[in-house]
Amino acid sequence: MRGGRFLLLGVVALIALMPLFAPWSKTFLVLAIAKGLAVLGIVVLLRAGQVSFGHALFFAASAYVAAFAARLLGGGELLTLLVIGALGSGVLGLLVGLFVVRYRYIFFGMLNLAFSMVFYAVLEKFYHYTGGSDGLILSRPSVLGIGLERLPFEYTLFYVALATAAVLGWLVHRYLNSAPGRALAAIKTNETRLEYLGISARGTLLVAYVISAMLAGVGGTLAAVMQGLVTPEYAYWVRSGEFVFIAILGGAGHVLGAFAGALVYEGVRMYLAVLAADMWQLLLGVVLLVIVLFASEGLVGLWHRISGRFAPAGREAS
Amino acid sequence: MDLIIFTLAVLDGLAYASQVFMVAVGMTLIFGVMRILNIAHGGFYAIGAYLSAGIGLAIASAGLSPWLHLPALVIGAAMAGGVLGLVIERFVLRYIYVKEEVLQLLVTFAIFMILEDVQRLVFGVQPYAASSLVDAMGTINVLGIPYNAYQVLLLPGVAVLTLVGLRWFLHHTLLGHLITATAEDREAATAMGVNANRVFLLTFTIGTVLAALGGAFAAPTTAVQLGMGADMIVLSFAVVVTAGLGQVEGAAVTAVLIGLGRSFAIYLMPELDVLMPYFIMMLVLLVRPNGLFGTVQTRKI
Repeated sequence: MRGGRFLLLGVVALIALMPLFAPWSKTFLVLAIAKGLAVLGIVVLLRAGQVSFGHALFFAASAYVAAFAARLLGGGELLTLLVIGALGSGVLGLLVGLFVVRYRYIFFGMLNLAFSMVFYAVLEKFYHYTGGSDGLILSRPSVLGIGLERLPFEYTLFYVALATAAVLGWLVHRYLNSAPGRALAAIKTNETRLEYLGISARGTLLVAYVISAMLAGVGGTLAAVMQGLVTPEYAYWVRSGEFVFIAILGGAGHVLGAFAGALVYEGVRMYLAVLAADMWQLLLGVVLLVIVLFASEGLVGLWHRISGRFAPAGREAS
Repeated sequence: MDLIIFTLAVLDGLAYASQVFMVAVGMTLIFGVMRILNIAHGGFYAIGAYLSAGIGLAIASAGLSPWLHLPALVIGAAMAGGVLGLVIERFVLRYIYVKEEVLQLLVTFAIFMILEDVQRLVFGVQPYAASSLVDAMGTINVLGIPYNAYQVLLLPGVAVLTLVGLRWFLHHTLLGHLITATAEDREAATAMGVNANRVFLLTFTIGTVLAALGGAFAAPTTAVQLGMGADMIVLSFAVVVTAGLGQVEGAAVTAVLIGLGRSFAIYLMPELDVLMPYFIMMLVLLVRPNGLFGTVQTRKI
């Protein structure tokens, strides 16, 4: 485990230094981190064995909330927007959550999908407010009161995103290992027993749901600020599917897997979009099939298997 | 609202419900027997539609009778759906029955993604429109309103035939009994000597053929384009979940309910037409968490 911790620090340091050597990579990395946060939200729910096929709802909701807030505040402030976006998706998560935590498995997944489709349709149809399919422009916010040029702003945004991801990742890790986090895992193994222990399964899941919505919300705000534009595409079901895909790719149930998966996914997508523009979806599909059929533990599981092989005998890689 | 709009909305709704039912019934059948929610179903629907449109255009350009399109689309879709179903069940799905539910869902999602790109590579990105069959069938008067016969007679006819045929097959043939027995209790059925693998293969293939047929029959009435599979999959999910998973007859009732709801929304509140199916679904699930016809599952302790 100690070796793993050093390795983790090394990787984070490497990512932190990457834009200094390869300036093109900061856009890519911010988007990967933004998606990684939404995927982290999926991972939290997967701990309870539930999969949301509509998490793009919260990704999009916070992006739109941030865009409206920026318009009202006249430009706005990066950190304020992040907080407002997260709160917006948190409130929405509470409202939707009150309804969906009554359901499990496929009903849970499909109801989430339904909510996100409704939101997508609303964004498209009520174009007087939302700009329809053209979306809303989100002008570059100031950072701590300082208006930055494009380039320094992108660097700042990258480091803000990295720091946010590190803090939130650590918090989620703590949450999953706390008592409410353990109760969450018990929903997957045996919900009835959990109820017999006097713990409300719905309450536990609702807390997780709001956390998960807020994580997706922070991701959505980051992506919106990076791209300077929010469109209904943010809420489309393909994006929700992407989040679930990345969660499985990274290794369901791992905080690190979410970010590792997002990095690999975005990287592969970027190259495939150039090399095989009409086929990248096909290739992603094949990759997903191979992962599920032959390495259902995902990237994290693969890493454990490889490192376990080289670890000294008698010590289990964990 | 006057009688004309009312009639139009009912006719539109029934035609639409028939299309949705063809896809939803296969999906609910597959779920009932195999316990897999098949996202790839939208892909089979789209491929059926593309094939049918391609065949229709070929027939039109060869100067043959547009009526030929009807048998050609049935045969084409049945063959395409059959081959795809057999191959996918035998070489992919067979290996995932032991995996977690979430992973099974993802595998069908992956197949759906692959099928979408296959369509793009084979048929290109431009939309197809092959409506000569609809024109050839002409219009008929319903309460004094001319409406095209294809949508008012043929589509609902095919859907009813499918429902009756499927019911007869499931309840009055040996193969059908094997399928219902496996759906009821797979372990007990296997113990009685039912080959579950073969039942799964058969069920999945029936499902894919139905989806491809649904697409093939829908093709003459709309422009066939990329993304139609995704829209249909989400909609038929709504139908299947609202009906209660695995309910064949329930899917028919719900398809009509959602089809009518949507067409009335189009005439009365055009902004809400896309939302209507989901409103209905949420309302139903609020009152009946397992769907209209679904049964409560026993819980393990």
